Amino acid sequence: MKFLVCISNVPDTTTKITFTPDNKEFNKAGVQFVINPWDEYALTRAIELKEAQGSGTVTVLNVGEADTEPNIRKALAIGADDAIRVNAAPKDAWFVAQQIAHYAKEGGYDVILMGKESIDYNGFQVHGMVGELLGIPTVAPAMKLDMSGNTATLEREIEGGKEIVEVNTPFVASCQQPMCEPRIPNMRGIMTARTKPLKVVEAVGEGAATAVAEYQLPPKKQGVKLIDAANAGELIKLLRNEAKVI
Amino acid sequence: MSVLVVVECDKGEVKKSSLEVASYGAQVAQMLGTTATAVAVGEATEANLAQLGEQGISKVLFDNEPRLKDFVNGAYTKLIAAAADKEQAKVIVLANSNIGASVGSRLAVRLKASLATNVVELPKTDGGQFTVKRGAFSGKAFADVVLSGERKIIAVKKNSIEAQHNGGQTAQVESFSAQLSDADFADAPKQVIMQDQAGGILLPEADKVVSGGRGMKGPENWHLIEDLAKALGAATACSKPVSDVDWRPHHEHVGQTGITVSPNLYIACGISGAIQHLAGVNSSKVIVVINKDPEAPFFKAADYGIVGDVFEVLPKLTQAVKELN
Ligand SMILES: Cc1cc2nc3c(=O)[nH]c(=O)nc-3n(C[C@H](O)[C@H](O)[C@H](O)COP(=O)(O)OP(=O)(O)OC[C@H]3O[C@@H](n4cnc5c(N)ncnc54)[C@H](O)[C@@H]3O)c2cc1C
Ligand SMILES: Cc1cc2nc3c(=O)[nH]c(=O)nc-3n(C[C@H](O)[C@H](O)[C@H](O)COP(=O)(O)OP(=O)(O)OC[C@H]3O[C@@H](n4cnc5c(N)ncnc54)[C@H](O)[C@@H]3O)c2cc1C
Repeated sequence: MKFLVCISNVPDTTTKITFTPDNKEFNKAGVQFVINPWDEYALTRAIELKEAQGSGTVTVLNVGEADTEPNIRKALAIGADDAIRVNAAPKDAWFVAQQIAHYAKEGGYDVILMGKESIDYNGFQVHGMVGELLGIPTVAPAMKLDMSGNTATLEREIEGGKEIVEVNTPFVASCQQPMCEPRIPNMRGIMTARTKPLKVVEAVGEGAATAVAEYQLPPKKQGVKLIDAANAGELIKLLRNEAKVI
Repeated sequence: MSVLVVVECDKGEVKKSSLEVASYGAQVAQMLGTTATAVAVGEATEANLAQLGEQGISKVLFDNEPRLKDFVNGAYTKLIAAAADKEQAKVIVLANSNIGASVGSRLAVRLKASLATNVVELPKTDGGQFTVKRGAFSGKAFADVVLSGERKIIAVKKNSIEAQHNGGQTAQVESFSAQLSDADFADAPKQVIMQDQAGGILLPEADKVVSGGRGMKGPENWHLIEDLAKALGAATACSKPVSDVDWRPHHEHVGQTGITVSPNLYIACGISGAIQHLAGVNSSKVIVVINKDPEAPFFKAADYGIVGDVFEVLPKLTQAVKELN
């Protein structure tokens, strides 16, 4: 079975977010970029399923400029077989989805796995768009994925519960915990990753459907008002009379 | 031309987040000089749908197909697309829920629309541009996004818009058929399993949340969290390590890798306030932190704080709430 895992290159979860002086772009200076944490679930689960099937391939795909290659290599070190980088700045979800749909179709993949959402842009939309572009189901977000032949059984999280869904290949799923325990690269993986194929291709399709006019940081908190532990009940009065939230 | 709002219903009731969506849609309609029509998904009743008039909805399209009770991506997308065409909707508003965003992203492609998820404010339409503010960088920033497509789809973040209640107004409920066939239900769930919600309050919808971390020491102490939550009418939540070791179920875990919540009140008990935890809660209106360590980073993000032992403080708070009621 051919697995395609889409990975996004995002600022490390502990990054302090700042913008360029005109507030039009994220300030990348000094920022460490990582594989989007949700995408690590997709990658590890694809590798596990391939191993269980005893055959097949796992390809990772990223839409990004050359600076994402260290994280693509990391995905190869974790256990993907080969990689595709669509050489373009990811302008928005629609742009990214068109690239993924095009190269997924070209490669004839059976299972397309993504993360639940990117932790930078928090879109939760690329997977739905890719499913629609390819005319196949998308299951988002999936907490569990098992395969038997060409049929997948997934648990999809919905507000307040979960659904058990069955779909046949080809399909798209976006992954989240507790699907698997994401793997980290070992020494052998890091060595072999250097020589695994990484193909760079050009962007296709239309441009973006949205554009960011300006970024803002949230307003600063006033500072914490401390209440003496011995007098804890006072807090409840403040929540009612001052904050007016209870 | 009108504004189309998608309302999610559960056990006959319109979800709270969908009342917010309806209010949002009605206000957008007013800005654009048109009316707002709703289309219902999930298990709805005509009587409850008619009450959407209180949120400013003039008409509700209702397909009485019983299989729409559960979330089916294919069928929901087709239904809403048909409603959008019937109403010639230029703006479609949904909840930023797993259902809303899943359907919204398919619709964006099908209707060739510009989509913004995680939207926190009404749009701005000055200068001939349609701009919405959305949360980005996991609660650490906002982005003003210009939607350039002729059609626009907006998924509204929960608890960011106040639901309006104009008493006495009713919406006209109109039966509507999208002519759904078996093929549209191909991805129907085999089974739907709903969780037991503590006190019946759904965490993603809750406007008050009491949350516990490792400082609670063990699952046997969770009655302290539950008692306060019950007294306040709040949902319960926890930090990641707590669900990792199964003190609490995974669906209660909030943060960057869990659920994002934005209640009016978030009370953190024995949680240190790691940046990944804050990412899931930092858009809460009022944050209260109870921690025995005065240096705990969470105090920096808090509005109110008590430096103290949760085992002593929590029962006092529960008692004070009971006295207040
Ligand atoms: C600093 C910075 C600024 C950005 N500014 C903008 C901006 O102004 N406007 C804008 O629209 N986008 C911007 N992006 C791009 C954004 O990160 C995405 O690549 C794209 O917009 C999709 O994001 P999303 O949150 O909608 O994806 P989601 O729908 O949340 O992503 C779901 C899944 O899709 C896959 N995926 C997402 N992106 C990619 C990718 N590039 N390659 C491969 N797979 C992917 C992953 O599996 C991911 O888990 C910016 C990114 C960065 C790092
Ligand atoms: C990629 C990544 C993603 C992550 N995602 C998430 C996420 O989504 N959500 C999340 O929560 N975490 C997440 N984490 C983990 C996060 O970094 C922290 O480790 C975690 O939030 C800590 O949980 P905690 O506050 O319960 O425990 P601790 O950090 O151990 O804090 C316990 C606190 O309790 C206090 N305490 C102890 N005893 C008492 C007492 N008797 N009375 C009062 N206070 C007491 C202590 O002073 C301490 O501050 C993630 C980490 C990574 C690397």
